[in-house]
Amino acid sequence: MSPTVYVPADAAARSMGADGVARAIQTGAAQQDIDVRVVRNGSRGLAWLEPLVEVVTPGGRVAYGPVRASDVPGLYTADFLNGGSHPLFLGPTEALPWLARQDRLVFARVGVIDPLSHAEWRENGGGRGLDAALEMTPEAIVETVTGSGLRGRGGAGFPTGIKWKTVLATPAAQKYIVCNADEGDSGTFSDRMLMEGDPYTLFEGMIIAGLGVGATKGYIYLRSEYPDCERVLLAALTGARTAGLLGASVRGSGRAFDIVLRRGAGSYVCGEETALLESLEGKRGEVRYRPPMPAQVGLFGMPTALNNVVTLGSVPAILAEGPEAYRARGVGRSRGTLPFQLAGNIKHGGLVEVPFGVSLASLVYDYGGGTATGRPVRAVQVGGPLGAFLPASALDIPLDYEAFVEKGAIVGHGGVVVFDDSVDLAKMARYAMEFCAIESCGKCTPCRIGSTRGVEVIDRIRQGERRPQNVALLRDLCETMTSASLCALGGMTAWPVLSALEHFPEDFGLRPGAGSDAGALAGGS
Amino acid sequence: MPAHSHPATSPDPVATVGRAITAHAHEPGGLLPLLHAIQDELGWLPPEALPRVADVMNLSRAEVHGVVSFYHDFRLKPPGRRVVRICRAESCQAMGSDALVEHARQRLGMEMHSTRPDGGFTLEPVYCLGNCALSPSMTVDGTLHGRVDPARFDEVIDEMSPLPEASRTLACTAEAEKPL
Repeated sequence: MSPTVYVPADAAARSMGADGVARAIQTGAAQQDIDVRVVRNGSRGLAWLEPLVEVVTPGGRVAYGPVRASDVPGLYTADFLNGGSHPLFLGPTEALPWLARQDRLVFARVGVIDPLSHAEWRENGGGRGLDAALEMTPEAIVETVTGSGLRGRGGAGFPTGIKWKTVLATPAAQKYIVCNADEGDSGTFSDRMLMEGDPYTLFEGMIIAGLGVGATKGYIYLRSEYPDCERVLLAALTGARTAGLLGASVRGSGRAFDIVLRRGAGSYVCGEETALLESLEGKRGEVRYRPPMPAQVGLFGMPTALNNVVTLGSVPAILAEGPEAYRARGVGRSRGTLPFQLAGNIKHGGLVEVPFGVSLASLVYDYGGGTATGRPVRAVQVGGPLGAFLPASALDIPLDYEAFVEKGAIVGHGGVVVFDDSVDLAKMARYAMEFCAIESCGKCTPCRIGSTRGVEVIDRIRQGERRPQNVALLRDLCETMTSASLCALGGMTAWPVLSALEHFPEDFGLRPGAGSDAGALAGGS
Repeated sequence: MPAHSHPATSPDPVATVGRAITAHAHEPGGLLPLLHAIQDELGWLPPEALPRVADVMNLSRAEVHGVVSFYHDFRLKPPGRRVVRICRAESCQAMGSDALVEHARQRLGMEMHSTRPDGGFTLEPVYCLGNCALSPSMTVDGTLHGRVDPARFDEVIDEMSPLPEASRTLACTAEAEKPL
């Protein structure tokens, strides 16, 4: 049998030259007249080791990384096809501590299989959730998901089963499953990695959702910034239809389900569920008033179960293993696992899937190894552009939806962005307002106008102009945006702004400790 | 598929718009796929094409303009021969994307949000490319690059093969004079 080598085709690996590595391996094989099977897998999520090349040996898969195309001749000399010794040799992949300590449930197959091989997917446990669901009533499927405690992984954390129950209970001639793949938060890439590394599992989750709520059609709304994802999903959709996973009769069950892939067009606010629906309908991505909720009046006015990629990707494991196994993981009301994403100024960035309850400090230091620059961590932003900035002294906090809200922060989509001590938090606060201004859909005034005024007020504070008064004005503006915006974009931009002000007042030219109390700003200007 | 691919030959805008209409006009909510299909081939949306799009979609020209102008991706002017997009979101800022932007401006001799007068480059920001564990990131003609420091930026720009002078951009501009 010819040797098998895995070279990820994940976008992150490709951004570090994985295609060149794959070509160099093929070239080397041709020169030595050996037949090497190169499989383009997803990423194992150890981003700093990408491209991570794996070789199948009798003792299991062993890894080399980070491999550059120029390293490949040396790897051949070191007999890497037989796991030979080389400075880039990392040992058995599964034994890498970073990976061994994880609890990969949703990402069980990502980086392991050929993402486009339906057969490999089945051999590695794919499709077992659907097998179970096809034997169940819609009510039982929804009950199972409710019982698992799964909450929306896109950021809002709404119980998935409750949403599905509403869609199931709303009679309609046509219902829809919409997958929100508009992963726009900086510091997040778990949706992308799942779609590129194990697309059939996402489809499986969508089909189960369809069986659960009575929908026969699904849409994936994919952001345009993910062209690699688009390529994989389109190929996988064809593969799924060929394999009988999608179509008029899902696996011969007589029940129909098919999926349409749609591309967004660079709008962040289209990650908001009602703006996303507007965009799918071919309109400007403007937020809708709620109620009615999309579960009742959603896409094209029909009941719609709208869920994030990782939410839907979690469903197959829940159906396959039962709700108890999922529920047994996690803490408090945050059940199951979350694929956390370590990003920004971090030494060992990548994807860490573990149960809720792990501490932020553990993610940043034990997994992440501190900053990439080697300087001290100063701030960490969790949950994307609308998440709070936490100071380095406050990282001993468990990753749990409720614990974060208590601290005025959010878990969101699980993105962790680390900053070293060179960061200027007043500048980051300004950026939060600027980003809101750039991405506001314009429907509600607090967000549309407030964000622009916010940039101006922060500029005045940074320039030292009437600081106490302008800080008071900024707080007032934040309160208006928080309480009167239609959606989370305007409604949560205050979180990064006010957390920066509270924890890092000196960056705004204020006395330490002055940021949390406008009355104590006398010395500020 | 990527929005910035450069076809070897200049496509005929009239035929492109016709094909996009045939493929997507009857799709529910098909306006975005239709606009993408045009831009994927031409690199931009010739304004002259939009009344025809409005007509077949049974929309007003204002509604189509509203959609086109809402989304950052859609271009009403032809881009440069090379499109460089640098991520300016938080994760990349934490790894020095501001300095990278400054370097790009110097190296390419142009401002952000602009196309160089010679049509060589378009330089613009993007807000997250999903490569946040390998920040800072950028794309050049849709190809993603991670860990881009100024030296790596220069390498990427230097390694690119020069495009022929008779560019698609100019051809499209000429074509745009004609009604579609």
